[in-house]
Amino acid sequence: MKVILLFVILTPLIGFLINGIFGKWTKPVAGIIAASALGISFILGLFPIIAVLKGHIVEYTYFTWMPLKEVVVPFGLRVDYVSAIMLFVVTFVSWMIHIYSNGYMAGDRGYARYFAYLNMFVTAMLILVLGNNYLLMFVGWEGVGLASYLLIGFWYEKSTAADAGEKAFVVNRIGDAGFIIGILYLVYYFGSVTYSNVFPRAEHVLGYGSTAATIIGLALFVGAVGKSAQFPLYIWLTDAMEGPTPVSSLIHAATMVTAGVYMVARSNAIYSLSPIAQEVVASIGAFTAFYAATMAITHKDIKRILAYSTLSQLGYMFIGVGIGAYWTGLFHLMTHAFFKGLLFLAAGAVMHSMRGLLSIDLMGGLKKYMPQTAILMVIASLAISGIPPFAGFFSKDAILGKALEMGHPIIWIIGEITAFMTAFYMFRMVFNVFYGEEKVPGLYHDLHTHEAPKVMTLPMWVLGILSIIGGWVGIKFGSHIPIEWFITHTAPTTEVAHEAHYPEIVLMGISVTMGVSGIIAAWLIYIKKIITAERIANTFKPIYTLLANTYYVDEFVYCCIVKPFWWVSTNFLWKIVDIILIDKGMVDGTGWIAGRVGKGLRVLQTGFVNNYAYWISLGIILLSSWLLFVKII
Amino acid sequence: MDMNQLHFPILTLITFLPLVGAVIVAFISEEHEDLIKYITFGFLALDFIVSLPLFFYFDPSTYQMQFVERVPWIQSLGFQYYVGVDGISLFLVLLTTFLTPLAQLSTWKAINRKVKLFNITILLMQTGMLGVFISLDMFLFYVFWELQLIPMYLMIGIWGGPNRVFATMKFFLYTFAGSVLMMVAIMALYFLHHKFTGVYTADMVKLMQSPLPYHLQLWLFLAFFIAFAIKVPMWPFHTWLPWAHVEAPTAGSVLLAGILLKMGTYGFLRFNLPMFPDMTHAFAILIIVLAIIGIFYGAFVAMVQPDIKKLVAYSSVSHLGYSMLGMFALTQSGVEGSIMQMINHGISTGALFLVVGIIYERRHTRLISEYGGLAYLVPVFATFFMIFTLSSIAVPGTNGFIGEFMVLLGAFLAKHIYGILVAFGGIFSATYMLTMYKRVFFNKVTNPKNLGLKDMNLREWLYLVPLVLFVFWIGIYPSTFLSRMRVSVEHLLKQVNRTTVVEKAKQEQALVKTVVVKKG
Repeated sequence: MKVILLFVILTPLIGFLINGIFGKWTKPVAGIIAASALGISFILGLFPIIAVLKGHIVEYTYFTWMPLKEVVVPFGLRVDYVSAIMLFVVTFVSWMIHIYSNGYMAGDRGYARYFAYLNMFVTAMLILVLGNNYLLMFVGWEGVGLASYLLIGFWYEKSTAADAGEKAFVVNRIGDAGFIIGILYLVYYFGSVTYSNVFPRAEHVLGYGSTAATIIGLALFVGAVGKSAQFPLYIWLTDAMEGPTPVSSLIHAATMVTAGVYMVARSNAIYSLSPIAQEVVASIGAFTAFYAATMAITHKDIKRILAYSTLSQLGYMFIGVGIGAYWTGLFHLMTHAFFKGLLFLAAGAVMHSMRGLLSIDLMGGLKKYMPQTAILMVIASLAISGIPPFAGFFSKDAILGKALEMGHPIIWIIGEITAFMTAFYMFRMVFNVFYGEEKVPGLYHDLHTHEAPKVMTLPMWVLGILSIIGGWVGIKFGSHIPIEWFITHTAPTTEVAHEAHYPEIVLMGISVTMGVSGIIAAWLIYIKKIITAERIANTFKPIYTLLANTYYVDEFVYCCIVKPFWWVSTNFLWKIVDIILIDKGMVDGTGWIAGRVGKGLRVLQTGFVNNYAYWISLGIILLSSWLLFVKII
Repeated sequence: MDMNQLHFPILTLITFLPLVGAVIVAFISEEHEDLIKYITFGFLALDFIVSLPLFFYFDPSTYQMQFVERVPWIQSLGFQYYVGVDGISLFLVLLTTFLTPLAQLSTWKAINRKVKLFNITILLMQTGMLGVFISLDMFLFYVFWELQLIPMYLMIGIWGGPNRVFATMKFFLYTFAGSVLMMVAIMALYFLHHKFTGVYTADMVKLMQSPLPYHLQLWLFLAFFIAFAIKVPMWPFHTWLPWAHVEAPTAGSVLLAGILLKMGTYGFLRFNLPMFPDMTHAFAILIIVLAIIGIFYGAFVAMVQPDIKKLVAYSSVSHLGYSMLGMFALTQSGVEGSIMQMINHGISTGALFLVVGIIYERRHTRLISEYGGLAYLVPVFATFFMIFTLSSIAVPGTNGFIGEFMVLLGAFLAKHIYGILVAFGGIFSATYMLTMYKRVFFNKVTNPKNLGLKDMNLREWLYLVPLVLFVFWIGIYPSTFLSRMRVSVEHLLKQVNRTTVVEKAKQEQALVKTVVVKKG
């Protein structure tokens, strides 16, 4: 088992090295190498997952990574109830997307490079998930950030892509600083960063409601906000859509961006000690869920709609892990990986056959040309809208139900409103793209629009099926909900505080109503056209403008943070402080003074012996009188 | 008592082998340029191989000086030829023997004037640098310290860029001002030690136990501080560095950043910390503040540089700020991290100067705006550049992360706020490096002059691959390095804390006495 577990990580690493170093020669088969590496990794990963299902925790230490005096950091891997589910999601979804990429990226100049990066991403993601301590999680954390940077900027000739990659990396670094501070506090309080050492002692060392627990929780959460693109560090994610679409699907929807959720769920032992930190997590989640949904409504670019929708869904997950029912967050993470992964792949299929066009204004009636993609897109949209029996219904309902149950009615209301908006903007996209009439007659003919090849539709179907059945593990089975039992296993969630029971069937009814009415609203506007979108936009012009420009946040960041910062660095720090004050003033000034003093003293050096004699005798007189006075006094 | 497990004067051999090489090269006619290059490289490579036993036979369980050689020099004055290494200097010696041959390899094409003199210079410099790190006699230390100044002076002054005369003068006067202060301090230390113990000695190991009173420590500490702070260089003593780097030839920049700057940080570890422990504690806050300013200031100013070499030079100010911060945090991880950071900076910044040298050699410009889209034209080179960029911005898995994390941890444990502040430094290092990388390698190729660029040749592969290996070795398995410095650093910290401990014990005793007296 020890070796198997190691090879779960090593196989994609080997794939990365092969395609990375010998890419020139492996180019024709790069996709096959990378996808098989993932296939092997997935199959090997099943062994520890089965062990966990049987109730074991699989943990091995391979070597000591950093043997410091204050903390010894091992390189160890751990599969337990929390990481098993992530291991499954990451390897499986990655595998599907690797297969899909074989079709999507065919013919690209950087084919081998693409798959090398993709394998590198999975390696880092698995280190993040499987590492048995926080520092190793940080290794994966920055590693996936690096892979994301490289893949967003994959088509680096486009300056927007290169900029977006850099932006993603730098914004993530802000979060990473918080993460590192959290780790430093952990070392300070526990002398360890290993989970099996920290969590059991957490309550004893930190104490319930202590400032220490809050500080650690919040610092770690800053990291999560960066990586999982929550407010206010979400600004990198929509730009990240510059990358190839399978990358958006894998990294910026299904796996990497959920790392923050995973981290908070992983650290539940610490968060459960700090109600303040939990409140912050849940509130930021709820706010982001709503805020991002508003921006998704007005966007016209398929990928950006999906990106805002991802932000919104991540917000739901943070509600789940924030209110203390962390299994619900992980549950939604899993179903989201299926349906959002699928949504992006379907969007990719559309892009693929539309030669990269993305605006919903150019499409319409695409169902005729791409029947399979259309069906899959509808399935995934139903799932994200929370319509039973699709996967998203169960996980979203679990989160909102728990929120109400644990005494967060406001969060519940925000969540339900967002659910309505979600259904609306998703079906706005679906109706505009696949139904109705063609908006630009003859466009499809000119572009030779056609259904995606099998290598792309097959993985989409797999995710499609999971988008339907993936939520069924959340159906109450006897007295247990299987997924809850699996994730929480021994430790029950902290549900004691505000236990209040609402009739489940009513709550479900409300959720479903929200989803269905969202879909109907979209249908009325975009298919029936009882009122056109333009008229609504014109009626609420200021709001529409604000939303369409995504609240001008990017403009604000550029004008008020980035630009002044560069200006100050250039004109003040460099040109004034460095060149004038320090170099010209302090350094050359010292030299100048030395020069002046030398010039002054040169006057004394006349070359006449009698002058020297004069100075010498004066010196003797002064010295001896000084000595006399000092001695006498 | 003196420990030399090899029973062989290995340190002398390592240090003076390049000098022998220099003499041999001096006898070769100027026309045989290739022969001169081969012989020089041969000597430097041989020197590296000869230095390997230091690594393998080093005993990590003791803080005592190892591979010691001790020969009386001027007996009546207590001067000796006394050399040895411990866990602090071991890797600096190895870094020097490792980096210099690589740097020399980079000059085969780039230097085409006075090739013979250049190679002699590089060999002499090697002797000077190694001498600094192995000397355990103050005066010997000083001799080597001044000795390596001259080859560097020549290197910038003869083979430098258009402003080389100004840059050399600045470099020389500035560092020499520091050296003079150090000389005065060394003399004072020598006489003061005699005053308090009746012994004339320049033995640094003995001087570390010198019982200097508080007020005398102050002036000595300050003199050494200024000398070393200029060399590091710490903010605000750094302005000679961008000048020197921009004008220096590639090999000069590599050695300047890789080795010469470490002489400053090393000096702090050998003189300031163990010899003036009271002052070390008293000045720690000031130095930490300067270090933190340096970390951010260096990053901010690096961000807006139009010249790649200047950018890397300012990034050095930032990186060495980490080293100084860790050192004066006076915690185990901090000091170990500081040493790691020295090694890492030598590797990654040395490597960055090498790769900058590669494009400079082809295009004769270092202005970022002259480039763009290079990833398309020279993909292999872009990959190497990326690896060193990542190492420089401390991505986990590379060497940079180990050093920075240890420094952060050490600083945090000394005082939370240090660690918290500096944790944000990573944002800015990513900004300046990646912005530069983007402008040079990404986007479309806009400058037609870049179209004919050739990717890396075999020689360039040869000197970059070893550096890549170290980037990952240190990043993935730092134990190799940490285990060898552990005990020496522990001992150093014990020396730094000795006075405080003694004073505390005295206070406690006094307290006990008064209590006893009162009760009595």
